[in-house]
Parts: sequence; structure tokens; C-alpha cells
Amino acid sequence: MSHTPHRLEIENANIGYGEKIVMRDLSFQVPHGARVAVVGPNGAGKSTLFKALVGILPLQSGHILIHGELLGAHKDCVAYIPQREDVDWRFPVTVDDVVMMGRFGQMGWLNRPSKMDKQIVRKSIERMGIADLADRSIGQLSGGQQQRAFLARAIAQEPHILLMDEPFTGVDVTTQEVTLHLLDHLRNQQVTTIISTHDLNLAASRFDLVLLLNHKLIAYGTPQEVFVKENLAQAFGNSLLVMENGMMLVDECCPPEEEHHRLHQEPPQS
Amino acid sequence: MTFLLEPLTYQFMQRGLLASVIVGVLCAVMGTYVVLRGMAFLGDAMAHAILPGVAIAYIFKGDLLIGAGVAAVVVALIIGFFSKDGAVKEDTAIGILFAAALSLGVALISTMQTYAVDLSHILFGNVLGVSPSDLWLIGGLSFAILLIVAVLFKPFLVISFDPVLAATLRLPAELLRNLMLVLLALTVVVSLQTVGVSLAAAMLVTPAATAYLLTRRLLPMMLVSALIGALSSVIGLYLSYYLNIVSGSAIVLTATLFFLLGFLWKRMKSI
Repeated sequence: MSHTPHRLEIENANIGYGEKIVMRDLSFQVPHGARVAVVGPNGAGKSTLFKALVGILPLQSGHILIHGELLGAHKDCVAYIPQREDVDWRFPVTVDDVVMMGRFGQMGWLNRPSKMDKQIVRKSIERMGIADLADRSIGQLSGGQQQRAFLARAIAQEPHILLMDEPFTGVDVTTQEVTLHLLDHLRNQQVTTIISTHDLNLAASRFDLVLLLNHKLIAYGTPQEVFVKENLAQAFGNSLLVMENGMMLVDECCPPEEEHHRLHQEPPQS
Repeated sequence: MTFLLEPLTYQFMQRGLLASVIVGVLCAVMGTYVVLRGMAFLGDAMAHAILPGVAIAYIFKGDLLIGAGVAAVVVALIIGFFSKDGAVKEDTAIGILFAAALSLGVALISTMQTYAVDLSHILFGNVLGVSPSDLWLIGGLSFAILLIVAVLFKPFLVISFDPVLAATLRLPAELLRNLMLVLLALTVVVSLQTVGVSLAAAMLVTPAATAYLLTRRLLPMMLVSALIGALSSVIGLYLSYYLNIVSGSAIVLTATLFFLLGFLWKRMKSI
């Protein structure tokens, strides 16, 4: 993959809000079509990085280049699955409406959807397995179904780069499965995917590259290169536990509340 | 039939009816954004904030509608400026400007003595005093606002529903947000004549809130809202003619009745 040109380059980026810098001097390159897992402790700046990549949060210094051009030069080539709290779930839109929004950039703001737009929307909805929900209000869906609706919108956008913030957290198994399938499909389509996750196993098994962050870049490379004790200790600090057999545990997870409690319960006495 | 036609033998009633229906539809359509984006407070504030503009226009013997229009646009832009980048929360900025503008308006009015009648017209509307030139102004402005809403339907949908998508699609969200505020301000100005500043907020919120209960998509919501706004205006005006009550109040009360019916219908359906 090293001979293909780099399609996404971040150069010496400082990212933050006002005076506060959350991510310092970040540089990395993502080759075309690669799958990258973004990993790091809570509050390490993963979401902040995503906001910068989407273009909602301007860089304080440095550059983001896509296909060698500055972010914003290419329209709608970046798709993003928004976090739940960024969306108004009481808004009067159906699943079909939401997915059609993914086509707005390409159809032009003043045009009506063409046959092709409608076809792409239908296919995207079918691919995510929610065809029977197309006419439902977005607010009536379960959390996992809502995420699939937004994934359908992202593929309807036909992006070159797809960003997902924690798509495997707090969703049902079907949605996880469908999301993983989608990743395979996107790899065939040569779409670069950048996904933040707390699931280090998943990051190691399903991704080409891992970006380990904690307010700066700790390590970037293949899972084998990144997931070594030194790097993890640097990223997770005290929450890293190294077992005698060499197994490493990270006590940093943000599963849904209930599960969180369950994980921290005492094991049943035998 | 004569019951319906009799009021229309007066030309001022014809003009009043036409103006009410136009304003009813306009408020109802803009009201969908007010309801969905949680701007009810802003609508109310804006209605009161145009008072100084009206007062100044009155003092200098200018056109009250133009005074109101300038004040509304200025206030909308100042609110946008203060709440930009989250320096001050939007509702805080609105609260400050609302109170300041209202105080300024009342202060200006208190310097005059012959103002009582005009003040009550500004506060509660004077639908029977719509002149032919007023009607042209109301019609023209309303048409322009509705046209912009129609043309920018998709961008307004995206910035309202999902600001992050708006950013990835490189929409000028800030510009669109300010434009929406200006359109809202102009809507309030247009409704000055029929329902007055104190009731304009009700016409923005009530029909749209009713339509929200009855529909599941944005465009149907707008259309149903417009229908409710128009019906409320017509029914309200007839009520005001036959019961001899203030027209603005009659229109708003009719709209409120529609809301109660819609609310009950929704409740019955969900049982």
C-alpha cells in the first residue's frame, strides 16, 4: 500500500477550542482505501480530531489535505456519522428523508431528486437492512436502527472518506454486524474509513492501521506495531493493567450505562 | 350565505380578510422553523423588539412598517452577533436585547401624548385599517419571504436537522442561520398590521405546533400549518365581525382552538 499516493494527510495540526489545545502537533497520513481505527482513552481528543477532519472545528495551525488539496476544496467527499446528541430526533423526517439528505450535495441544492438519486437512496437503505422502516419517522427507531439510517445516508453520499465516531458503542449486535459488513463493502469500493472505538480487539482484528492518541499522537501503524506495552502504557497510563502472562487489560470503556455497571460488579462467589 | 358575504360588502373588510389570510399563511410557514428550532422565545422577543423602530418612525412621521422592519433586522443581526461562537447563549442574548428594545420603545413612546390609539394598534393589530398600499406591501413581502423559503427548503432542512451534515456539505450555515433570523423578523413586521406585536408570536407558534402533532414530514407540516393559519384568520375575522371583539385576539383564539383539537386527536390516536 505504500506505493499508492497518500489521500488524507494531516500535517502539524493543533486542534482545540479557543485557548485550549486538545490535540497537539498531530501528523499522520492515511493511504487511499485504508481502514483506520482511532484508539485512546476517554477525553484523548478523538471526537475533536473527527470534528476537525469534518471541518466543523477549524485548525489552530497546520493543514489537512485530501487528495493533496486543502480540506473544503472537494465538496461532499467526507461523510460523517454524527453523534447522537448532535441530531434532533424529534424533527419531522422519515428514514427515507434522512438518507436522501446524503444526495443533496450531488443533486444540487435547487434540484429535485432524480431517478438515480432515488435509486441510490433505496439501495443504501436496503444494504443497511432497514428497507421496511423507510417510511418511519426517524424518532420512532431504536438507537441501532437510527445508526443504520445514518450509515445509509453516509453511503448514499458516495464519499471518499467515511468517519465514524464510536459506531460500535451502545448498539445492538445486528447493527454491529451490519456495520462490520459495511466496512468490507467500503473496502471494495476503495473508501477510506476512519473509526474511533474502545474495542481494542476489534481495532486489532478488523483494521489495517491503528492511530493511538492521547492529546498527541502516541503511535500509528499496523495493529502489531501499535499494540505494544510501551505505547499502551503511554496512552492509557494507570488504567492499563499488565497481567503476568503478558495479557494487557485496559480499564477504559464507555459501554452503555447498564453494561458499565455490570462489568464492574464483583464476580459471583462460588 | 349572506352570513358569509355581508362583511365582504365593505372594502376594508375585504382588504382585512386578504391581509389576515396572507399573514396567517406566512406566519404558519415560518412558524414551522420557529417550532422545530426552538425559537418561540426569539419570535416573541423579536415582536416586542421592533417597538423602538415603530416609535422612531412615528416621531419622524415615517412609515411605521419600514421603521419596524429596520428595527427587526437590526435586532436579529445583533442577536446573531452576540450568540456567535457561543460567547453568550442565544436565549441570554435574546433576553437582554428583548428587554432593552422594549424599554427603549416604551421610553420613546412615553415622550408623546397622542400615542394611545396607535400604540394599541401596534400591540394588538388593526386589521380593519389596512390600506391598499399596506396590502401591497404585506403581499409583496410575504411572497418574497415564502419564495426564499421554497428555494432554500433543502439547506434550511439540513441546517435545522443536522448541523454536522451542513458542515460536511460545506453549506454556509452561519449565513443561512442569519438569513432565517431576518426572514423571521420580516414576518413579524408583516404581521404587525393584522395581529399586532403582542400576538404575532402566537401566530408563529400555534399553527405550526398543531401541524407538528398531525404530520411526520417537514413539507406536509408546513402545508398543514399554512392551512390552519389561513383558516384561523378567516374564522377569527368573522368572529370578530359578528361578536364585535378585537380581530387579533379572535384570530389567535381560533388558532388555539385548532391546537387543542389537534392535541386531543393525537391523544386519542395514541391510546
